[in-house]
Amino acid sequence: MISSTVGIWNYWIVFCLMMIGLFLVIGRKNFLKKIVGLTIFQTSVFLLYITFGKIKGGTPPILNESINTIYSNPLPHVLILTAIVVGVATTALGLSLVLRINSEYGSIEEDDVSAQDLVDYHDDIETGKKLDLKFKK
Amino acid sequence: MIDILIKNLPIIVVLCPLMTSLLVVLIPNIFFSWVLTTLSTFLTFLFSILLYQEIQIHSHISYALGKWMPPIGIEYIIDKVAIIPVIIISGISFIATIFAYKIMPEEIEKKSISKVYSLWLLAIAGLLGLVTTGDAFNLFVFLEISSLASVALVAMGAHKDRQALVAAYNYLIIGAVGATLYVIGVGLLYGITGTLNMADLTNRISDLNNNRALIAGFGFMIIGIMVKAAVFPLHIWLPRAYAYAPSAVSVLLAATATKASLYILARILFSIFENSENLINNTLLFVILPLSLLAMFAGTIMAIYEKDIKRLLAHSSVAQIGYITLAFAIGTKASMAAGFIHMFNHAIIKGGLFIAITSIGFYIKKRVTINNLSGLGREMPITFFCFVICSLSLAGLPLTAGFISKLYLIKASISSDDIWIAILILISSALSVVYLWKIIEVMWMHDGRKIAIKENPTIYVSLIIITFLNIYFGLDASLVVNGSFDAADKLIGDLK
Repeated sequence: MISSTVGIWNYWIVFCLMMIGLFLVIGRKNFLKKIVGLTIFQTSVFLLYITFGKIKGGTPPILNESINTIYSNPLPHVLILTAIVVGVATTALGLSLVLRINSEYGSIEEDDVSAQDLVDYHDDIETGKKLDLKFKK
Repeated sequence: MIDILIKNLPIIVVLCPLMTSLLVVLIPNIFFSWVLTTLSTFLTFLFSILLYQEIQIHSHISYALGKWMPPIGIEYIIDKVAIIPVIIISGISFIATIFAYKIMPEEIEKKSISKVYSLWLLAIAGLLGLVTTGDAFNLFVFLEISSLASVALVAMGAHKDRQALVAAYNYLIIGAVGATLYVIGVGLLYGITGTLNMADLTNRISDLNNNRALIAGFGFMIIGIMVKAAVFPLHIWLPRAYAYAPSAVSVLLAATATKASLYILARILFSIFENSENLINNTLLFVILPLSLLAMFAGTIMAIYEKDIKRLLAHSSVAQIGYITLAFAIGTKASMAAGFIHMFNHAIIKGGLFIAITSIGFYIKKRVTINNLSGLGREMPITFFCFVICSLSLAGLPLTAGFISKLYLIKASISSDDIWIAILILISSALSVVYLWKIIEVMWMHDGRKIAIKENPTIYVSLIIITFLNIYFGLDASLVVNGSFDAADKLIGDLK
C-alpha cells in the first residue's frame, strides 16, 4: 500500500499542483493571481509528461550497441519543450493584458472592473455618446 | 514546377499565411501591408481550391512533413472531411480581408496596423494548421497559435472601447485552460498507446476497450476542444470577445474560429475513437445531445433580450453552434452531413451579418445598439438589403442557404426517429426570427434622425459577395451537399 503510494509520488504532486492551479484560476478575483494559477496549472501538466517518460534506472537516450541499457523516452521531454514555449507566450500575453487593464480601469480586481464595465455597457445602450467622443479623439 | 506545388499543397496552404505574416510586420505602410495580406489570403484560397480538385481525384492525401514518415513523423492529412473547413477558413478570410481595408484604419492606431495584419495572418495560419494536421500534439500547437493571435486581435479593440481588454483577458484564460485540458488528454493517451499520430492512435486504441486512462484522456480532450468550440456551458468567453473585437476581426473570428474547433470535435468523436463505440454513443447521448438542445434555446433567448447588436449576433452564434453539435449528436450519416452543411452555411451567414452590422457602425461612428439604429435602413439601402437577406438565411427561409441546412437537419432527425428534435429545431428557428425582426423593424419602420450617409463601395463589395453566396447556395446547394455527404461517408463509413 505504502510502496504503491510512494511509487506514484510524482502523480500525487501533479494532482495537487493541478488542483491548486485550477482553484486559483477559478476562485481568485485578482487578474494577476489568475495568471499565476494558470502557470501552476500548466506546470503540473509538464510534470505529468516528464513522469510518463521516466523509467526507473533509465539512462539518457544514447544509442550505443556495446552497452545494452534501458533508457528514458525522450519524446515527452521534446513535447514539453514546445509546451513550455507556448506557456511562456500565454503568460506574457496575459501579463501585458493585465497591464493595459490596470492603466485603463485603475484596478485589476475583477469586481471593480466588471462594475465599471456594467456602467460602460449601459452608457452604450442608452446614449452611445461615450463612443462618439472616443472616435473623434 | 506545378508538380512540386501540387505535391506539397497540404503544407503550402498553412505556410502561405504563416510566412507572409512575418513579412507583413516589416511593412509600415498601411496600404501595402493590406495588399500583401490580401494577396496572401487570395493565394491561400486558390491553393485550397486546388487542394479541393486534388481531393476529388485522390480522396485522401497524406503528407509527411520533412519526409519523416508517419507514425513517427508529423503527418498532414487532407481528406474529404478536412477540405470543408479548409475551404471555409481560406474563403472567409479572403472576404474578411477585403472588408478590412477601409474599416481597419478607422478603429486601430495607424502605427500598429501592419502588426495587426501580421496577427491576422497568424490566426488564419493557426486555424488552417489545426484542420490539416494529423498529429495530436501538433494540433495543440496550432490551437495555441490561432488562439493567442486571436486574443491579441480582440485586445486591439481597446483603442475604441476598453471593454475589449477584459473580453480578451477572459478569452485568454478560458482558452488556455481548455488547451491545457486537451494536452492532459493527449498525454494520457500517449501514456497508454505510445503514439501521437491520429490514425495510429485509432488502431492502438481499439485493443484497450475499457481502459480507465483511455476514458479519462477522452474526457479531457473533448472538454478542452468544447471550450474552444464554445459548446453551450463553455461559451462564456464568446459573446464579449466577438462584441468588442475590432469590426474586421469580429467577422473573421465569428465565421471561422469555432468552425475549426467543431471540425476537431467531430474528428475526435468519429475518427480517433471510432472503435470505442460504447464510449462515443454514451457521450453523444448524455453529454452532447442535451447540451446542444440547451444551447439552441439559451443562445436564442439571450439574443432576444440583448440590446447590443454585436453581442446579439454572438449569442445567436452560440445557438447555431448548438445546431451543428446537435447534428453530430444524432450520429447518423445524414445528420453528420447536415452538420457539415450547416457549418459551411453558418460561416457565410454569420460573416454576412457581422459585415453588415459593423459597416453600419462604421457609418454612424457609434457602437451599434438597438436604440441608435432607428430609420437607418432607408439611409443605407444596400447594406440594409444585404442584412435582410442574411437574416432570412439565418432564420432558414427558402431560397437562402440557411434553408438548405435546416432542411437537411430536420430530414436527418426525422429519419432517425427523433421527431421531437425536429420540432425543437423548428421552435428554435421560429424564435430566432424574433431577434432578427427586432433589428429589421427598428431599421426600416422607425423614424430616426436624418443623417445623410453615402455608402462606400470598398465596404459593401465584400458584403455583396457574401450575400450573393447566401443566395447562390440556397438555389443550387449541390456543391455543399455533395461535399458534406462525402465527408459524412468518410467519417462514419460503414459503421452505421
